[in-house]
Amino acid sequence: MEWFLTVGQRIPKKDAPLKATGNALYIQDLRLPGMLHGKILYSRYPHAKILNIDTSKAERLPGVKAVMTGSFASALRIGFMKDNPPLKSGKVCSMRDEVAAVAATTPEIADEALGLIDVQYEELSAVFDPIEAMKEGAPLIHEELGSNILKLPWRFIAGDVEQAKKDAAYIVENTYTTPWVTHCCLGTSGCIAAFDINNDLTMYSNTQIPSLAQKDYVDALGALGLKNKKVRVVQSFIGGAFGSKLDTYSYEYIAMLLAFKTRKPVKIVFSREEEFFATSPRQCTITRISQGCTREGALTFREMEMILDNGAYTSWGATTPSVMMLPISSLYKVPSIKYTAQCVYTNNTYSQAMRGYGNPQATFAIESSLDQLAEIAGIDPLEFRRKNANEPGEITPQGFRITTCGLKDCMDEVASRLDWTGKRGRNKGRGVGMASLIHVGGGARVYKSDGCGTIIKMDDFGKVDVFTGATDMGQGSETVIAQMVAETLGVGIEDVTVINNDTDACPWDVGAHASRTTFVAGNAALGAARKIRDHLLEIAAKVLDENPENLDIKKGAIFSTKDKEKNIAIGKILRSAHYSAHGKMMMADYFYDPPNENFDRDFKGNLSVSYAYGTHGVEVEVDRETGQVTVLKYIAAHDVGRAINPMLLEGQIYGAGLMGLGYALGEKMIFEKGKLRNGNFLDYKLLTAKDVPPVEAVIVETIDKDGPFGAKGIGEPGLVPTAPAIANAIYDAVGVRITDLPITAEKVLKALKEKEKRT
Amino acid sequence: MKKEIMITLNGEEIRADVEPQWTLLYFLREILGLTGTKEGCGYGECGACTVIVDGKAVNSCLYPIFEADGKKIVTIEGLATESGGLHPLQKAFVDNGAVQCGYCTPGMIMSAKALLDAKPQPTEEEIKDAIAGNFCRCTGYVTIIDAIKAFGKGR
Repeated sequence: MEWFLTVGQRIPKKDAPLKATGNALYIQDLRLPGMLHGKILYSRYPHAKILNIDTSKAERLPGVKAVMTGSFASALRIGFMKDNPPLKSGKVCSMRDEVAAVAATTPEIADEALGLIDVQYEELSAVFDPIEAMKEGAPLIHEELGSNILKLPWRFIAGDVEQAKKDAAYIVENTYTTPWVTHCCLGTSGCIAAFDINNDLTMYSNTQIPSLAQKDYVDALGALGLKNKKVRVVQSFIGGAFGSKLDTYSYEYIAMLLAFKTRKPVKIVFSREEEFFATSPRQCTITRISQGCTREGALTFREMEMILDNGAYTSWGATTPSVMMLPISSLYKVPSIKYTAQCVYTNNTYSQAMRGYGNPQATFAIESSLDQLAEIAGIDPLEFRRKNANEPGEITPQGFRITTCGLKDCMDEVASRLDWTGKRGRNKGRGVGMASLIHVGGGARVYKSDGCGTIIKMDDFGKVDVFTGATDMGQGSETVIAQMVAETLGVGIEDVTVINNDTDACPWDVGAHASRTTFVAGNAALGAARKIRDHLLEIAAKVLDENPENLDIKKGAIFSTKDKEKNIAIGKILRSAHYSAHGKMMMADYFYDPPNENFDRDFKGNLSVSYAYGTHGVEVEVDRETGQVTVLKYIAAHDVGRAINPMLLEGQIYGAGLMGLGYALGEKMIFEKGKLRNGNFLDYKLLTAKDVPPVEAVIVETIDKDGPFGAKGIGEPGLVPTAPAIANAIYDAVGVRITDLPITAEKVLKALKEKEKRT
Repeated sequence: MKKEIMITLNGEEIRADVEPQWTLLYFLREILGLTGTKEGCGYGECGACTVIVDGKAVNSCLYPIFEADGKKIVTIEGLATESGGLHPLQKAFVDNGAVQCGYCTPGMIMSAKALLDAKPQPTEEEIKDAIAGNFCRCTGYVTIIDAIKAFGKGR
């Protein structure tokens, strides 16, 4: 049995003292000398021609330094399909469209100036429902494209679904719908753009993709005619991200343009209202699903058709079907699969990544439908799932090579802790339900690279600086990386400093997405730490006159495992490396790019080196008079490979679990003709401490051969199966199936009444 | 119309000319540069700006600065020990994994402090009530409740 001094320990997050004392600086807290404040004027209509913009009054307001409209830098387009100008001209396509911007000496003056800008519109007919938007003759969001349906190839086929349908003993079919929900980061979005005298740009930002954002900014400067300029991205502390900061947005380019025009640093920080309506949320979906099995309960096919509201412009939301495919093709063993998805432009806000990246929407349909199938097949849902569960060594229809897989263990943990057999099937107002998940756990090759770079250097006293490309947005990556480095170099966690927020110092990383940081950045850090370790041992071997193979480092000392007399403090070795003739710098770099595969044209390929599994189970009580659902017990079991830091890991599971409960039971952005009606913390039902049910995080360790110290990713999985677990428990409690999230008391009550009528 | 007020801020008496439209939060952050107190919404719903005024946790974003005149105010900056170390409550948050992104943390700690000052060993329900006005999107509140409980038990 391996044992570690640092890895596997419940070590507090390294930056927690800074945060707990109020000393961590978020974008809200940063100010630069001479800095101006930028504000954005948004559209009054969801779809309209811009006839004229009169900025003259605003320009005359004392304190206003620049007023800008879409005529400035009109060629600039953002988003991966380049369909979004940061400042709109010609027409607006949603209520969050940016039509003008102001830079002023104070935020109050900038706000006042916005009120002085006169925009004349001619309203156009608009479309807000993706099904309506797909119809012939619907208003076109982007006329030049000729259709509101995005030209994206989301289609995955395996086996023969038509034949499987004919052969299946049991088939269920249903439609599931999910709402728009938003990240609700406590710290709102923001940035400061500052040009120096050479027109090199520094962006202070709370992005979760520093290297890709840097490229976006470089491209934008190019479009402004500023070729070969240097861009430095400096990340402030990030007040939560959850996928919201996985793209660059209009406000960042507007800050850049205003800074360029005024020659002053310009700061734009969103108000809470803007954070609700002008950031890009998780899209709503409509899913038709059909699944079938044999008489014995072996799954034979799964067919799914999805429609996704893309909103007015394109960000990563339009690529979430690529991740939806994970559970669709590979959650449980299903030989025949057919999946198609269409993303549709509407005059709503536009969609983006949010923790789980499409997986929660797909898993809600799959795992709800699976319970229905188990019921008509007459098999207990736990047994049904166990029978079809993934296993190590399996190659799934999408070509995923399953290495470690603790899915059955997760199910069993949930079943025993919930007293599944004792509580299941009584139908007396209380019930239990479960649902499982698969997600990428060993990186995800969604770009050409899935890499992360790390540089490590040691000073003369044994202190270690780790420069990593990996972003921390609260999840604890800096602590987990420090633990792995400390373990490898035989120093204490307090001896390791992680620098992770400046592209001038930190190596490249593809971004904090796909639950990849522990796995990819961890392996990168481990690679660099091993090089340093080898340097140290090589020098120590000479000093101690011992074979390097016989040397080990622990607690700041290098010692021979054969001869206890031979030992030396790391500091001495370090100083001798620096001060000797032909000295050596104690520094190493490593770039880890996991051996995973991009999808081919048919969406086949081993996307991740390893896959994460988990099962959530809940016991609920349903009030038949009110429809109110109370979660009595919540068990979340996750196969994590190895828990590098069980405390931080549980934090990910608890946090995601409550986010999942919000998705299941209450959260929904309510749009009325494209206008967000509940864009504030009073009306958007974010859960509070009073809503926390008794919750248990169960860690299942499978020690992945490719993971750093055996670890797999865990950032996103914790909210993926929550909603179907709850829907299944409600069905067990009162016999009604809710297919539309969130599961509000009104919906449950209505379903109960309809059920009464039928019986 | 500026007005002079006198407050005791983190144990120190200060006089300042303040304007009627200023909130306590604005005064702390923009005038005094005490950025430990965060703004999460600006309308009293999220609790990120919580400070303690005369022993009670308040949303400083809604608190008119004129109202602060003559009062004792404690912010997150006022919690550190004399030697600059962590207050035991801050340490409980750190040690129990109650801090992730950290944006809600100062406000959360101030709400917890007001509770613990009034009620040294609160029950779980009392803890949940006391922080019900403080949103956290990262932790699911579980470890925050643990931290407050641990601090209550530990003294």
